[in-house]
Amino acid sequence: MIVLKLVATNLRRHRVRTLISVAGVAFSVAAMLTVVTILQGAVAMFSGILSNDSEMIVFERNVSDLFFSNVPDEAVAQINAWPMVSRANPVLFGIVSSAGHPIVTCFGVTPGDARVRNATWLSGDRRALAGDAPDIVLGERAAAFLNAKTGSLIPIGHDTFAVRGIVRTANGFEDGGVFMPLSEAQKFFHRRGLSSVATVKLKDKDDAAAFKREVSRRFPDLIALEDKEFDRSYSQFRILSATSWAVGGCGVLLGGLGVANTMIMSVFTRIREIAILRVNGFSSGQIAAIVFGESALVSAAGAAAGLLLGLAAIYALKLMPAMHGYVDPHVRAVVALAVAALACCTGAAGALYPAFYAIRLRAVEALRFE
Amino acid sequence: MSRDLQPSTSPEAPVLRAVDLWKSYDDGAIGVLNGVDFAADAGSTVALCGPSGCGKSTLLHLLGGLDRPDRGEISVNGASLSLPGRLLRLLRHEVGFVFQLHNLIPDLTLEENCMIPAVAAGTPRREAQARLMHLAGRTGLVPRLGQSIQKLSGGERQRTALCRALMNRPRILLADEPTGSLDERTSRQVFDLLLELVETEGITLVMATHDRGLAEQCRRLVEMRDGRVYESAKA
Repeated sequence: MIVLKLVATNLRRHRVRTLISVAGVAFSVAAMLTVVTILQGAVAMFSGILSNDSEMIVFERNVSDLFFSNVPDEAVAQINAWPMVSRANPVLFGIVSSAGHPIVTCFGVTPGDARVRNATWLSGDRRALAGDAPDIVLGERAAAFLNAKTGSLIPIGHDTFAVRGIVRTANGFEDGGVFMPLSEAQKFFHRRGLSSVATVKLKDKDDAAAFKREVSRRFPDLIALEDKEFDRSYSQFRILSATSWAVGGCGVLLGGLGVANTMIMSVFTRIREIAILRVNGFSSGQIAAIVFGESALVSAAGAAAGLLLGLAAIYALKLMPAMHGYVDPHVRAVVALAVAALACCTGAAGALYPAFYAIRLRAVEALRFE
Repeated sequence: MSRDLQPSTSPEAPVLRAVDLWKSYDDGAIGVLNGVDFAADAGSTVALCGPSGCGKSTLLHLLGGLDRPDRGEISVNGASLSLPGRLLRLLRHEVGFVFQLHNLIPDLTLEENCMIPAVAAGTPRREAQARLMHLAGRTGLVPRLGQSIQKLSGGERQRTALCRALMNRPRILLADEPTGSLDERTSRQVFDLLLELVETEGITLVMATHDRGLAEQCRRLVEMRDGRVYESAKA
């Protein structure tokens, strides 16, 4: 009780300094939570594009980016015919440019593609993607920034396409894209007979291993991965994930430095008190526990405030129309715990030197300290 | 003044013994103790006298393990202070300190200050509470137990420091000018209380003081000169 009071007393004694430290940790935790959640939301969004209503994804082996992956139509046709496969949908990804918008993602899809099937049609007709006509369907956001309506003619690259429909999908990235019939996209991107990936739905999920073996055996240039496996191994997802933790970690590290500064000041201002405790039998461990206790309180308070602040920031971002679909407002408990734990660990690390200094204080000299 | 100066003698089976203690500061530039031999037997009261800067406080700090000698050996209750883990046991269970300045923690109450040694030693709360009530009763501090240190008078603060020093029933009390910051009347009251407590609890008292009157009340009077100690006859 007395030890706890000593910990709390010192924090109360220097309220402003304590509040600044708590705020430092809080902002760093909020920043980390926001960055990690946004980037993980982005990963989940991209992952969702690839795994739309499927369990497996087939793409070219050893390709650095799925935009450069080539999956032949014949391979997709053969896979579609396998007894274990419910359906296989080829998708061709490409980047197109339109007036004032140099980068717009284009999806070459078949009418059976889940993203088209499951989309809400705001206008137009889903049969638009069935033919080979140079027609396109726009995502809701793309229609907004291209200022297009159903029936509009949109210049894309060197061609002009008629907008046959506008859809709202569950995915913000897809909502900002252009959908073309696959055959039209293959012509447009000069990749006849090829798609970027094939998303595959199996009749029985337990056949995943057998499916992967079969793909490897019959198409040595292709690889099949389960969606979760793909998320873990796709280098760009890994880079995004690592970046989020690294950037967030730097923020928390800065917060930890703030705690270290506070703890150093705290020890320096209570040298005499530490000496008194020493003379009265406090061990090095007990002295260190007081210092670490202070840092733990600051870190925990900062982490709690930071989590609330981060959640508020994410919620605010979610409300911004431009962020629709990009931010997953659902903060995973494991992420929140990891961020809070990281903040507390950094806080504890920040108390290492002050604790070391405190336990090395020589009582006789410290008692003379004014 | 002391008369009949002669080297301090060592009683048989001393509870506190220092042999050939040397201590200097500033890398040897300022020599404070030059081969001090000192011993105190159980239950004795010893006054260390001498002018300011003669090394009284330094000797007390060394005897209590707060500082290390450059050379020499100190043993308490027959065990050397240089043994591993010895210092912590010494500070927790064998030695209590009272300083000229009370050295209490201002943000804690009187009771909490007194409980610090018990917390350090892990004494069960009920046992510590009983000991505190006993000491507070003896020192007249019971009505002030919940008071903040800042609201206590100088004499009350020093009595609090005395209670704290005796919380863990040490066998030795090292007092460094314990009444030096008090007026004469309060000084007399605190010192009488200190003597009474060490007497009834059978504690060995080693007290540094330049107050000849107080020193005369101790059973032994030891004079410090030129970094050495000498047994001194009382007036």
